[in-house]
Amino acid sequence: MSMPSKPRKSNARKLLISQLSCGFLALSCAATTPERETCSPSTDIVQVAPGMYVRPGHAAVVFEGDEIANLGFIVGDRCVAIIDTGGSIAEGRALDCAIRGVTGRPVCYVINTHVHPDHLLGNAAFVRPGVEFIGHAKLPRALALRGDLYLERASAHAGHELDASNIVFPERVVAETVELDIGGRVLTLRAHDSAHTDHDLSILDSRTNTAFVGDLVFLEHLPVIDGSINGWIDELEQLSAIPLDYVVPGHGPTSARWPAAMAPTLQYLTELRAKVRAWIAKGGDLASAQATIDAPQKAQWPLVERYHERNVGAAFAELEWED
Amino acid sequence: MLNGLHSNAFASLLAWSTLILMLAPVAGEATTVEEDMLWTGGLRDAYFGDRPITESDDLIVLDIPKRAENAAIVPISITAQIPQTTDRYIKTIYLIIDKNPGALAGKFHFTPKSGRADLAFRVRVDAYTPVRAIAEMNDGELYMSRRFIKASGGCSAPAGSDLDAAMARLGKIKLKTQGEMKPTEPTLAQLMISHPNLNGLQMDQVTRLYAPAHFVRHIKVSLDGEEVFSAETGFGISENPSFRFYFVPEGDGELTADVTDTKDLHFSQTLRVSAPGQQKLAQE
Repeated sequence: MSMPSKPRKSNARKLLISQLSCGFLALSCAATTPERETCSPSTDIVQVAPGMYVRPGHAAVVFEGDEIANLGFIVGDRCVAIIDTGGSIAEGRALDCAIRGVTGRPVCYVINTHVHPDHLLGNAAFVRPGVEFIGHAKLPRALALRGDLYLERASAHAGHELDASNIVFPERVVAETVELDIGGRVLTLRAHDSAHTDHDLSILDSRTNTAFVGDLVFLEHLPVIDGSINGWIDELEQLSAIPLDYVVPGHGPTSARWPAAMAPTLQYLTELRAKVRAWIAKGGDLASAQATIDAPQKAQWPLVERYHERNVGAAFAELEWED
Repeated sequence: MLNGLHSNAFASLLAWSTLILMLAPVAGEATTVEEDMLWTGGLRDAYFGDRPITESDDLIVLDIPKRAENAAIVPISITAQIPQTTDRYIKTIYLIIDKNPGALAGKFHFTPKSGRADLAFRVRVDAYTPVRAIAEMNDGELYMSRRFIKASGGCSAPAGSDLDAAMARLGKIKLKTQGEMKPTEPTLAQLMISHPNLNGLQMDQVTRLYAPAHFVRHIKVSLDGEEVFSAETGFGISENPSFRFYFVPEGDGELTADVTDTKDLHFSQTLRVSAPGQQKLAQE
């Protein structure tokens, strides 16, 4: 309860100073505790609500860029919970360093919103006593199926070989909901039905009524369907009824008003579904659907040229089984 | 066995170097020769021995995307440029994806009753690779339509984004026809099989074991007991295999699809079909 909510500006300034000192005095950084040794001056942190911080991501194709997803952490009176760790161990370490610049409290939880590598491959930076990894009950299976492929791609992107230690499985899984008390604030972890993936997890902070919704919500990055288009639309419609103040989306601004934040994702999915259903109904095949069906609100979405065709394929493969 | 492989590899390397030398002055051609290494170095011989193959789009045209963002479900279509007649028809189409583990994605068989030897389905593509459709005529002649695709990781990629849904309806079959059916004219049919088509290439990170392969192996579609389309398929076919093909209806009949997978599970579906002329009569 003693965690004071500091005004955003002063905190940001303080952060910048700590990052600068890390950068300019790299040697002194390296000489301190192991957690500080890879302090990165480039890591930008924004406080989006009292005690809630986001490392902003920038839209890019996975394994073609770095710092793609929004990562975050929530500081409790007892300890710190991290939500997603980034696309590489270096990103994870930079996040760790940024946390040290904000609080001396230890990291106790690393929560993964889903399997995608831009959110999860920084996990390895936090493997140490006292840190528990948590994910959706279906995350382990997704990791088992995809781990090798991700390592191969990540190695190619990083320019050096990564080994299996870079894939960190959850030690605790969430089948429905789990509450975590990090001191003075309770985090509610909720396992969702198949939506963006078949194992999306959201994290609601009781103190700020703000939730990390992972890739259930995309902004400024075309939504990517890797679970179920029908399920995703259903989940968003259910979520919209929850009276949150703000959410932190997996991609886009570091925080956004709820439920307005989900409108673009929902609109894209709903309109895409209608187009694909109509295509299937008139007997069109997959190839022609992918070549012909244009992205709804095409102009507003970055990466539409890389992910829309894939979305049409995913939607088609699902919707063709509807009766 | 090993020796054989070695000498084969050596021979193909020699052949390849010779080809390079022959074609060296033509820069554009050299790339193709390199792309075709696996084909010239063994695949061709393995499937067709020394039979001549004409590379041409005159008989069948293969259509695939140049680049596929989702390599686990790449649409393939093959369009025949000749009708199926009893005298001259396409008997078999081979689909070969050079760099896939298990390059032969499938062998698809047609009859004069197919009407047209057109075919559309979806494959997994593991690497940047040539893809080739080879038509075998009823007299044994071979014609090849070749394309190149930029896609990767489709074989080791997870089968289903929603594996539970796929498993829950394992073996469910949808068989339907499209468009207006006219007697003696080729009618488009679609066969969809709900099956994860596990290819045995996805490793479990915990156990370091591969999930056992479990995929659709054989498909036969008959009209009143007479075969119109059949296929022997490998794990290069995407999950929930879907095939579009033609058959020639003759009045009322039953179109039956029989499917067998690698665990010897059998799935079957029958569709009553009737050409519209007959249907009208029945209604009047």
